[in-house]
Amino acid sequence: MARHTLSVLVEDKPGVLARISGLISRRGFNINSLAVGPTEHPEMSRMTIVVDVDETALEQVTKQLNKLVEVLKVVELETSASVQRELVLIKVRCDATSRAEIVQLTQMFRCNVVDVGLDSVVIEATGTPEKLDALLAVLEPYGVREIVQSGLVAVGRGGKSITDRGRKTA
Amino acid sequence: MTTQIPTPAEVAAKASAPAAAQEVTGAQSLVLALEAAGVEVVFGLPGGAILPAYDPLLDSVKLRHILVRHEQGAGHAAEGYASATGKVGVCMATSGPGATNLVTAIADAYMDSVPMVAITGQVNSRTIGTDAFQEADIRGITMPITKHSYLVTDAADIPAAVKEAFHIASTGRPGPVLVDITKDALVAKTHFEWPADVELPGYKPVTRPHHKQIKAAAKLIREAKRPVFYLGGGVVRAGAADELRELVDLTRIPLVTTLMARGAVPDSHPLHLGMPGMHGSVAAVTALQKADLLITLGARFDDRVTGDLASFAPGAKVIHADIDPAEISKNRAADVPIVGDAREVIRDLTTALRTDIEAGNGGDYEAWRQRTKGWTRTYPLGYTTPEAATAIAPQYVIERLGALSGPDAVYAAGVGQHQMWAAQFVQYERPNAWLNSGGLGTMGYSVPAAMGAKVGEPDRTVWSIDGDGCFQMTNQELATCVINKIPIKVAIINNSSLGMVRQWQTLFYNERYSNTDLHTAIGESRVPDFVKLAEAYGCVGLRCEKPEDVDATIAKALEINDVPVVIDFVVERDAMVWPMVPAGVSNDLVTTARAMTPVWDRDDDAAISEETAIIEEEER
Repeated sequence: MARHTLSVLVEDKPGVLARISGLISRRGFNINSLAVGPTEHPEMSRMTIVVDVDETALEQVTKQLNKLVEVLKVVELETSASVQRELVLIKVRCDATSRAEIVQLTQMFRCNVVDVGLDSVVIEATGTPEKLDALLAVLEPYGVREIVQSGLVAVGRGGKSITDRGRKTA
Repeated sequence: MTTQIPTPAEVAAKASAPAAAQEVTGAQSLVLALEAAGVEVVFGLPGGAILPAYDPLLDSVKLRHILVRHEQGAGHAAEGYASATGKVGVCMATSGPGATNLVTAIADAYMDSVPMVAITGQVNSRTIGTDAFQEADIRGITMPITKHSYLVTDAADIPAAVKEAFHIASTGRPGPVLVDITKDALVAKTHFEWPADVELPGYKPVTRPHHKQIKAAAKLIREAKRPVFYLGGGVVRAGAADELRELVDLTRIPLVTTLMARGAVPDSHPLHLGMPGMHGSVAAVTALQKADLLITLGARFDDRVTGDLASFAPGAKVIHADIDPAEISKNRAADVPIVGDAREVIRDLTTALRTDIEAGNGGDYEAWRQRTKGWTRTYPLGYTTPEAATAIAPQYVIERLGALSGPDAVYAAGVGQHQMWAAQFVQYERPNAWLNSGGLGTMGYSVPAAMGAKVGEPDRTVWSIDGDGCFQMTNQELATCVINKIPIKVAIINNSSLGMVRQWQTLFYNERYSNTDLHTAIGESRVPDFVKLAEAYGCVGLRCEKPEDVDATIAKALEINDVPVVIDFVVERDAMVWPMVPAGVSNDLVTTARAMTPVWDRDDDAAISEETAIIEEEER
């Protein structure tokens, strides 16, 4: 089993999210995360799906996704050939003495404090899953009260665009 | 009917004129769209939400609507129509329970790749999501069992949705498409315009096989010593029987046809080894096990064919051609994958092999052919006559049915023992003669499917070969058959039990017959009495309880062609389906009768290992 990031270009039609998530679950594949959003083309959406599967299952899930009428293109984005980011909001317990330390830590991780309360701060961080894990590890001792995290989004490195060439061939 | 409302025929006449599109209701637009799609028959049952569509349907001169007694019957009838004719079958139902009653048939069509369009009414778009009366999210419910689906809430979208639905259902790997239309869309005013093209940027099935793959496949075929054609239902759906026959006769490679492909090559063909799988012939099962190459065309390595996957055809390389790329290497890794339409793949393979074969450079399979023939001779399909001389062997009934009705008839089976016997003991000589529920295994498929087939092929004799359990699930369609003059013939193979389940209880549950007794023919107990039931519907009801009456009863049924005939064949209930490979075990353990496993000739096995050694040597 290995983690794979699939970028799926779809027609922006009602029900397409249900179709894709339903397909993945009914075929017995595990979704690690799923993010959906608009693209540079108003009639298309793009989903980034992270799955934990072996090579055979990856081939199968890709083929099954390609069979969906509303799916225009499925591309696997290798970690080395793409930029991959997650967004996390973390609410951390703090008091007058620990607040400065926490702010200092956020600067080291190049993330932002977006809300300050008497006994807590909310930190906004983006990065690779590894970086966010590291951030969480250093914040843990202060008392993490709440975490909310987006699915991973990813884009291929270099000048090419997923919407460029021949859409679906198989 | 008021004179203001134009009939669909009038509208169609005007629509074909270059003048501006005529204003119609969504419902009229639906009927016009179905007509434009070339639909001849719709099987359906009206209700609240679909009601607007039924009004213009009454005026259509092109569409014949057949009112069923249960929506499941409409679905299977559409399947039977499609499987017998190769055209798209159409069924129609209302929202909520009407739509959910179609679900089994839709799932069945999905598993067996049957081209079908299901039209359902839906509650008003404004009330969707409010748990309105007869509301069910049928698009959501059927998402995993349809090739595609539409929820239409705007009357203007109806023609495009219908056009796309028929295109998707009938091209690529065929399958069911659902078009769910809200009542307000059916009532609203719109303009009917049949789109010139379908615009589906995400749907481009590959039908032309890649020449490199064809070349690679041809090479494997030439080099093989023990090749087998493993032929599946895709060959039948692709209408590739003629091309296939040419390829088989050219290469002279032994072949097997799966449950879905019975008739793809005539059973009388000398290279035909029968059906593989759980109840396949010993020759077919063994040939796959001992093969060094499987030439797989339109088949999908279903568990009922492979048995334990890890020990299936252990020495074989695999050429796998399918229109659906997701089938290739799904269960068994392919050495040469070919994506394409079966007919085109077969045509290209023939072309690629012909020159070499005609120059004498084809593969030499003579020794292999002789061995496969040996298996056929040693282990022919058969059955034992019941101990009581007065009892009828169910296999005998089916054998005689096939022999007396001939290869031009259509045979639609239910699911269970009678289905397996019908697959084994009727000799199929043409594709589309054998209809059954292969993938889903739907009891109750037979009667409505036979009805649909008879509507599509009125000049053929159409038999429903059904079980006493299956028949009780959908026999209400006999009313539809009588009223609409659809004279099908039903042979109930009545063993008074859920026979296949009973067989498993005999073999694997110490003969503890939990809930498999149906009391349809035990002593004087006949609940129900099938002859009386048939007569109550207005069919001719016949009963046969003695072996010597079988032929005469069948002959009598074959003479009646104005009303449906139902024959209650009361048969030996302990008969079992053989050969059998128990679920989940290796196909090497095929048994020909209870506790009877073929004894493989020592020399034969030695020869195989020698051959394998030689091949391995050559490969090195």
